[in-house]
Amino acid sequence: MNAPSDTIAQYNFAYLDEQTKRMIRRAILKAIAIPGYQVPFASREMPMPYGWGTGGVQVTASIIGPDDVLKVIDQGADDTTNAVSIRAFFQKVAHVAVTTHTADATIVQTRHRIPEEPLKEGQVLVYQVPIPEPLRFLEPRETETRKMHALEEYGLMHVKLYEDIAQHGHIATTFAYPVKVEGRYVMDPSPTPKFDNPKMHMSRALQLFGAGREKRIYAVPPHTRVESLDFEDHPFEVQRFDEPCALCGGMDVYLDEVILDDQGGRMFVCSDTDHCEERRDAGHRGHLAGEDGPPSSISEGGTQ
Amino acid sequence: MTDEPLLRVRSVSKFYGNRIGCEDISFDLWPGEVLAVVGESGSGKTTLLNCLSTRLMPTSGSVAYRMRDNAFHDLYRMSEAERRMLMRTDWGFVHQNPADGLRMTVSAGANVGERLMAVGDRHYGRIRAAATDWLGRVEIAEDRIDDQPRAFSGGMRQRLQIARNLVTGPRLVFMDEPTGGLDVSVQARLLDLLRGLVHELGLSAIVVTHDLAVARLLSHRMIVMKDGHVVESGLTDRVLDDPQAPYTQLLVSSILQV
Ligand SMILES: [Zn+2]
Repeated sequence: MNAPSDTIAQYNFAYLDEQTKRMIRRAILKAIAIPGYQVPFASREMPMPYGWGTGGVQVTASIIGPDDVLKVIDQGADDTTNAVSIRAFFQKVAHVAVTTHTADATIVQTRHRIPEEPLKEGQVLVYQVPIPEPLRFLEPRETETRKMHALEEYGLMHVKLYEDIAQHGHIATTFAYPVKVEGRYVMDPSPTPKFDNPKMHMSRALQLFGAGREKRIYAVPPHTRVESLDFEDHPFEVQRFDEPCALCGGMDVYLDEVILDDQGGRMFVCSDTDHCEERRDAGHRGHLAGEDGPPSSISEGGTQ
Repeated sequence: MTDEPLLRVRSVSKFYGNRIGCEDISFDLWPGEVLAVVGESGSGKTTLLNCLSTRLMPTSGSVAYRMRDNAFHDLYRMSEAERRMLMRTDWGFVHQNPADGLRMTVSAGANVGERLMAVGDRHYGRIRAAATDWLGRVEIAEDRIDDQPRAFSGGMRQRLQIARNLVTGPRLVFMDEPTGGLDVSVQARLLDLLRGLVHELGLSAIVVTHDLAVARLLSHRMIVMKDGHVVESGLTDRVLDDPQAPYTQLLVSSILQV
C-alpha cells in the first residue's frame, strides 16, 4: 500500500476494517459455492444511505486490491451522480485506478445494467441489489420463502408469470426478471432489464450481488447456467428495439429514450455510454450523430 | 375399491403441557369414505384434524397414509419436502375462512392453477384450460377467471378454494368447518356441490364440523368428540337416529328442538 499517511489514519484500505472484509469474503465464498443462494451477512453502516448501493459497495470494498481497476455504472452510464460518487469513494479510500472502459476494468460495480461488451475471464461484476428475494411479492413471510428455496418449491414464480399473461397477453415483466441458476436456485437478477438476462448465462466473469439493507449476498460463478423462467407456450424473449442507436447506429443493444425538446422530439441512444462512445470513436455514426459526433449535452446519457 | 384403508390412525394423542388436546384416537379411513368429526368447540376436533393433516405433530401415536405406490407411509417419518409435496398433490385442505386457503391478491385462474405449476406444469394454455374447467365445476362463471377472490362473495370464495384443492386430483381432502360463516341458503348450495364432487370423484374426506346437519348430508361415518376423547362412533345415520352415548343424545336432541 502506498496511500498517503493521513488517509491511513482515517480509514483502513477500502474503508472497511479487515475483520469485516474477512466476514464479507466468507459470505462471498459461500455464495460462489452455492450459485444463486442468498447468504446472510452482517451489513455495515456505510458513509452513504441505504438505496445508494451500500450492498454493492461493501462487496467491492471486500474484494478490491491496490492493483484493481474499477468501473462504476448506474443504468449503464458512468457519469451519473451515483456512479461518480461511488467511483470517487473508492479513489479516496483505496487509491485504485478507475476507468470507464469495460474492457480495462477488473471490477465493474453496477446498478441496473450489464455492460454490452462481453465480460472476460478475471473480471468481476458487482451488482447493487435493492430486493434480493424473488418470492417476496407473493409470499411476504421470510420463514416461508427460506423454506421454499430449501425445498425447491418455485411454483409461485410461475403464478406471477401466469398473472402477467392473463392480464397483458404476454409476460410483461421487463425488469428483475426471475432466473434459475445452475438448475437449482431461483434468483432475482436485481432490476436489470430482462434484455441483460442472456448475458448472465455462462458468463466468463464472476457475478456478485450485494443487498445492503436486506443483508444478503449471492453469486453466479463463471460458466454457470442462468435460465430465465417462462412457459412452453410463452417462451422468454428479450426486448427488441425497432431502430438503432441514434448516435452510434448500434443494433442489438439496450436503448434509452432521450427527450430532445418540449415539442415531443426524442431519440433512442445506447444506455451503455461507454459502449456508445467506443463505437463512435471507431467511426460508427447514427442518424443524429452529425459529422463531429453528438452534442455533448446529449451524450451525457441517463434518462429515467 | 381396494380392501385396504387409505389412512390408518393409531392411538393419536396431543397434549399441551398437562392439558389434553385429544387422546388415544384410532380409526381407519377407507377410499371413497367421508368421515365427519363432530363436537363442540374445545372438544379436540380441530386438534385431531391438525394432527392428521401434518399441521401439528402429535405427542404420541401414528398416522400412516397409503401412497400411490400402495405402501403405507408414516406421516411423521417423512421428510418435510415429502409431506409438503403430499399436501399439494394427493391431499387437499379446505379452511373455514377462504382467505386462509386462497391467495387473495392473485386471480381466480392463478389460484386454481398454482398447484399445477407447483408440480411442474409449464404450459400456460393447459393450465388456463384446467382452471376454466374447474371454475365451471364449482359453478363460477368463466368470465370471472381473471378476477381476484377479493371481488367474490363468501360462497364463491369457498367454492374457489375447493377448486384450487381439487385441480390436482387429490385422493384425500380435509375440511375444517367448510360451511361455517356462510348464510344458510349459501351453506345448502355449497353442501350440495361438495356432496356431488365427493361422490363423482370418489374422494375420501375428513370433515370437522360442529353442525350435525353437515355431518348428516356429507358423511358416511362419524365420530363424536368431547373433552379430547371419542365418545361415540359409527355410521352417520345410525349415530344420528339412534345415539348411544348420553352426550351424543344431548347433541341430537338439542338439534331436534330447533
Ligand atoms: Zn450508441
